[in-house]
Amino acid sequence: MMEQIVDIASWILIVLGSFFIITGAAGMLRMPDLFTRMHAASVIETLGATLLVVGLMLQAGFTLVSAKLVFVLLLFFFIGPVAAHALAQAALHAGVEPMLDEDRRNREPPGGAEKNETDPVEPKT
Amino acid sequence: MRQVSLGLFLFAFWLILSGHYTPFLLAIGLGSVALAVYVSSRMRVVDAEGHPIGLLSRWLGYLVWLYIEIMKSAWAVTRIIIDPKLPISPTMTKVRASQKTPAGIATYANSITLTPGTITTDVKGNVLTIHALVRGGADDLEGGDMDRHVSGFERGRV
Repeated sequence: MMEQIVDIASWILIVLGSFFIITGAAGMLRMPDLFTRMHAASVIETLGATLLVVGLMLQAGFTLVSAKLVFVLLLFFFIGPVAAHALAQAALHAGVEPMLDEDRRNREPPGGAEKNETDPVEPKT
Repeated sequence: MRQVSLGLFLFAFWLILSGHYTPFLLAIGLGSVALAVYVSSRMRVVDAEGHPIGLLSRWLGYLVWLYIEIMKSAWAVTRIIIDPKLPISPTMTKVRASQKTPAGIATYANSITLTPGTITTDVKGNVLTIHALVRGGADDLEGGDMDRHVSGFERGRV
C-alpha cells in the first residue's frame, strides 16, 4: 500500500516536471530574443529539474542514489546561474542588443548601500 | 581551521559518491582529500569567499526561502509562456546590492539569476545590471526585498 502511494506521488512529480520542461522548451521557441529565451530556459533548470529529480528520489528511496540525486540538484543550483551569467555577459559584450520595452540602465540605481563601483575585498582572516 | 572544515566536507562528499567502504579505498579517498586541500591552500582559494563557513548555519533556511521565491516566479513565467498573447515587457535596470562581502554579493546575483524571469547580466562593485522578462520583475528587485533577505542571510538575521 505504502509503496503504491510513493509510486503514484513519484509519477505525479515526474509528469509535472516533464510538463515544466516542455513548457520551458516551448517558451524558448516562442520568445523573441536571446535574453527572453534564457528566462524561459530557467524554468527548465529550476522547477522542471527539481520536480523530476524529487520524483526520481521517491523511486530510489532512502539510498545512496538519492544522495547523488541531491548533488545533481545542488549542481544545477550552483552552475546554472554561472552559465546564465556567462552567456548573458558574452552576448552583451558581443554587441547583442536586448529587445527592450523599457531601459532603466542609465538611471541612478536605487536600493542598497551607497554606490561603490570597486569590488569589495574580503577582510583577511 | 578552514582547511579542516574543507577536508571534512570533501571527505563526506567522497564517501557519499563512492559507496565502497573497504580500508584500501577509504585510504585512497583520504589521500585525495588531503591532496585537494593542499593544492587549494597553495592556490589561496580556501578563504571566506571560496569556502564561506560563516554562512553554513543559515544556509538551509536561506535555500528554503529562495526555493519558494523560485517556484513562485517559475510559475509566473510558465503562465506567460502558455499565454497565447505572450505578455512580456523586457526591462533592463540597475540595482545596488547592500551586501558587504564578495560572497554576499555573489549570493545575491546568483539568486536573481536562479529566479526565473530575472537575470544578472553584469556586476560592478555593488551595482548589478539586471534583465527582467516583465516590468514587474524589475520593479520587485528595485523594491529591494530580496536584497534585504540576502543581507540578512549574510549577517545572520533572516
